[in-house]
Formats: sequence, structure tokens, C-alpha cells
Amino acid sequence: MKPAPFVHHAPTTVAEAVEVLRAVGSHGKILAGGQSLIPILSMRLASPEHLIDINGVAGLDRIEVRDDCVRVGALVRHTQLLQDESAYAALPLLRQALVHVAHPAIRNRGTTVGSLAHADAAGELPSVLALTEGVVEAVGPRGSRDIPASAFFVGPLETALAADELAVAVRFGRFPEGTRTGFAESARRSGDYALAGVALAITLQDKVIRSARASFVSVTDVPDVLDLSGAIGSYAAVPDLDAVADAVRAHVSPDTDIHATGDYRRMLVAELTRRLVTELLSR
Amino acid sequence: MTGPDVPEPLHEVTVSVNGVRHTATVPARRLLSDFLRHDLALTGTHVGCEHGVCGACTILVDGAPMRSCLMFAVQARAHELTTVEGLGTIDAMGPVQQAFSECHGLQCGFCTPGFITTITAYLEENPDPTAEEARDAISGNLCRCTGYQNIVKSVLRAAEIRASADLGAPPLIDADARAGEAPP
Ligand SMILES: Cc1cc2nc3c(=O)[nH]c(=O)nc-3n(C[C@H](O)[C@H](O)[C@H](O)COP(=O)(O)OP(=O)(O)OC[C@H]3O[C@@H](n4cnc5c(N)ncnc54)[C@H](O)[C@@H]3O)c2cc1C
Ligand code: FES
Ligand code: FES
Repeated sequence: MKPAPFVHHAPTTVAEAVEVLRAVGSHGKILAGGQSLIPILSMRLASPEHLIDINGVAGLDRIEVRDDCVRVGALVRHTQLLQDESAYAALPLLRQALVHVAHPAIRNRGTTVGSLAHADAAGELPSVLALTEGVVEAVGPRGSRDIPASAFFVGPLETALAADELAVAVRFGRFPEGTRTGFAESARRSGDYALAGVALAITLQDKVIRSARASFVSVTDVPDVLDLSGAIGSYAAVPDLDAVADAVRAHVSPDTDIHATGDYRRMLVAELTRRLVTELLSR
Repeated sequence: MTGPDVPEPLHEVTVSVNGVRHTATVPARRLLSDFLRHDLALTGTHVGCEHGVCGACTILVDGAPMRSCLMFAVQARAHELTTVEGLGTIDAMGPVQQAFSECHGLQCGFCTPGFITTITAYLEENPDPTAEEARDAISGNLCRCTGYQNIVKSVLRAAEIRASADLGAPPLIDADARAGEAPP
């Protein structure tokens, strides 16, 4: 099927984009990479009257490494962030997660911020925003505001962004010194959405575990953070893997669909977490 | 709002495809894949699923593979597009096309344009892949009839052809012998 008719707006500045958003209100939709929105339009799951195409907006395509965060503009494509060496050095979790996002042809066009705005619980980036305690920078007719990850995800495919707000950038928080991170998932085919996935950050000080935190893909309605610091124990040499797996199984609430049952996903994500803990601690 | 009685607004779109400029007048909702096929009559680009999954419509946008079914024609204006028609002709096939021909990398050919564009861009960045890497490189494209073994072989053969072309030597090949070879 083909998309329904719409009016195509192509602002070239954030101010112009906000002006269009003010004028069209909830009749408009922002078009970034289109890798999630265009299929939705083609299947006629949505038929907004106006598309605000931000691909020509100047200044949104920058990646900036700061002392406490990596700031990613709304037009940074997944591929650009994946290949950025300074972002990788500052926050390896970004690349560790991005290699699992779709296929190169999708990553070349899809944006990292768009994938947060889309808020698919099966997407990798929402779990990264949660684990890094990131912040989404939003701009709209009522001004600009910062939305922390804990308030950003409202439900599956639903965020705290208002219909007339543009996310101009996201700031992924950096971890303290001594933190090891990793990302593991299981998909039926490389590049497909994961049956289950986990992002993990373990902070060590002299072989003592100071904190262990995880967030998940495809097994929770909204990405949130599970604190595993109690379950894992203190000594990096002997993590309590059974307690970690129990905590993960108790935390997640996966659904059953044609690809896997909820029980299978729960078993899978506990095992992925157990292996990832072992891998991070033996590095 | 454009109701049934109001004609849909049209946009004049000029794009550069395989180095040639083309202009057509289309509504904003025209998918780039349909623009290429219906408005420009460049039917090399195929359309399968129309939601990004099958890869048949993959073209190169400024050299990078992208799904033409997930872009609108009005968004293609500032870019240089390459379709399968731009990667060789029947008399002068590109290295990937030649490899597909030698290795029986296609059967019905429906998926082939998307494989050719994807693999061409992949080999630019990874000129000497292993069989495992070649398999991963094509994981975003679906083929429903050839089977992937010969497509993986074609990727490896294309890498060889490119390498020998880079050395200035005409590729020496025995197509029949090659096609029967086990994957390395
Ligand atoms: C075949 C296929 C496989 C995929 N596999 C994966 C996968 O494994 N993992 C994964 O995470 N993703 C996957 N994706 C989705 C891909 O990552 C998308 O690029 C991403 O989800 C959305 O980014 P986008 O820039 O394309 O956004 P768009 O499609 O343009 O927009 C998506 C939604 O977000 C809104 N939006 C976008 N940008 C903004 C903004 N700056 N401010 C406010 N609202 C905004 C839009 O209005 C729309 O509602 C896949 C897509 C395809 C087609
Ligand atoms: S037709 Fe575009 S990916 Fe299938
Ligand atoms: S050759 Fe027929 S679908 Fe691939």
C-alpha cells in the first residue's frame, strides 16, 4: 500500500520547524530517517495530514563528547554514531548496542534520536538511554525542556514528547571510571529485532563490585533499570550468577508472540545476562 | 486537508540517477522506489515488501545503500543516486554482476538488484571478506529462490574480480568450474 496524501514541510532551521509544529499541532508528524514512520504510513496505520521533514534542518547532525555525556543531534544517523571513534571511547555502550540495530541500509538513514522518539520496546537505543540515565532535549511552541530517561518512556511506542515537540538532541550519560559495559541479544536473524536483549554496566574498584545495573530489550513494556548490585555480590572473582538470573526473571514481563513465548524470552534474557556478567568480569 | 475533490498538490522533483538528471512532477507521498520505476521508467530497482524488510529496492544514495521504499522522491533532490542500471551493462558488467552470472547467484532475479547494490557498497569498504563476513553482509536482503550459498560465493568471487581489476589484469575466469566450487 501507499501513504495517504500529506503536506510536506521542509524547514531549514529549528525555529522554522517549531513554527510549523505550532501551526499544525496534532495533525503533524515529524519525519526523521523515516525507517519506522514510512512503513507505518505505507501500511496506513497512520495518515497524518502534515509531515515535518527535518532532514534539511541545519546543525542537527553533530556528535559532541562532553565530560559527563555524549550529545547526539536529531539528524545523526545510526551509522554515523556507530563509526564515531570519540563517542566509542567515551561511551563504548553506544557502539556495543548499535551493531545490533537493523541492517546497514537501515542504519544509513535511520536516526538514533528517532529511534528513541519511536520508543519501540524492541529497539536497542531506548534501553541504552535508560541505562545511561540520558536526557532528551525537546523544543516546542512552549519553549525548550530536558526530559530525563525515567520520565521519557510512558508506554510501548509512547513518550513524554508532546505532538508539537521536536527532540533536537539526546545526551547519553557517561559512566564512572572503572565501569565495564556490554550488550547482548538474541535475534532470529542478524539485524532483526531481538527476541530478548540486555545492556549491562558493572562498576569495579580494586576487584570489588561497586554497582551492577541492567536494562532490557523486548521483555519490558518500557525500558527501565534493574539494580543488580545486591544480587551480584561484592567480589568480581565470584559473582552470584544464580541470584542475578533470579533477579532478572523476576523483573521482566515478556509477552508471547509468533516468534517466541513469554516463558522462553524470560529464560533467554536471564541466560544472556548471566553470560554477559561473566564476560564483563573476565575482561 | 486534501479531500477527494481537492487535487493533491504536486512537486517538481529533479534528481540525479547514475549521473543523469531527471525531472518529474509528483505528489509528496511518491515513494522514491515508485518514482524510479513509474515516473523515470528505471525498472531495474525492484519492489517487494515496501516496508524495509526484503532489501529488493536497495539503491545507493551518495554511495551508501538505503531502501528506496523508505524515502520519498521529494527527499532525494540533493543526492546522487545509483541504481543497478548504473553498475554495469549487459556488455560491460560490473564485478558483482559478473560474479552473480558466473556463480549462479540468481534464479528468478527478483531480489538481485538489491543484492548487487548492497554488495557493491559493502566491497568498497570491505574488499576482502571471509565467507562468514559475506554471509553477514547479505543478511538484510531476502532471496526466495536461489538459496544463499551461491550468493555468498558471488560476494567472494566479486571481491576477487575487483582485486584483479585493481591490479590492472583482466579477470581470468572459468565460469563453469567456478560455479561448481564449494565455498572457501
Ligand atoms: C527492516 C527494519 C529493521 C529494523 N530493525 C531495527 C532493530 O533491530 N532495532 C531498532 O532499534 N530499530 C530497528 N529498526 C528501526 C530503525 O532503527 C529506525 O531508524 C528508528 O526506529 C527510527 O528512526 P528514524 O530516524 O527512522 O525515525 P522516523 O521513522 O522518521 O520516525 C519514527 C517516529 O519518531 C518520531 N520522531 C523521529 N524523530 C523525531 C524527533 N527528532 N523529535 C520528535 N519526534 C521524532 C516520528 O514522528 C515518528 O513517530 C528497523 C527498521 C526497519 C525498516
Ligand atoms: S521493497 Fe523496500 S525493502 Fe522490500
Ligand atoms: S533470485 Fe528469485 S528471489 Fe532471489
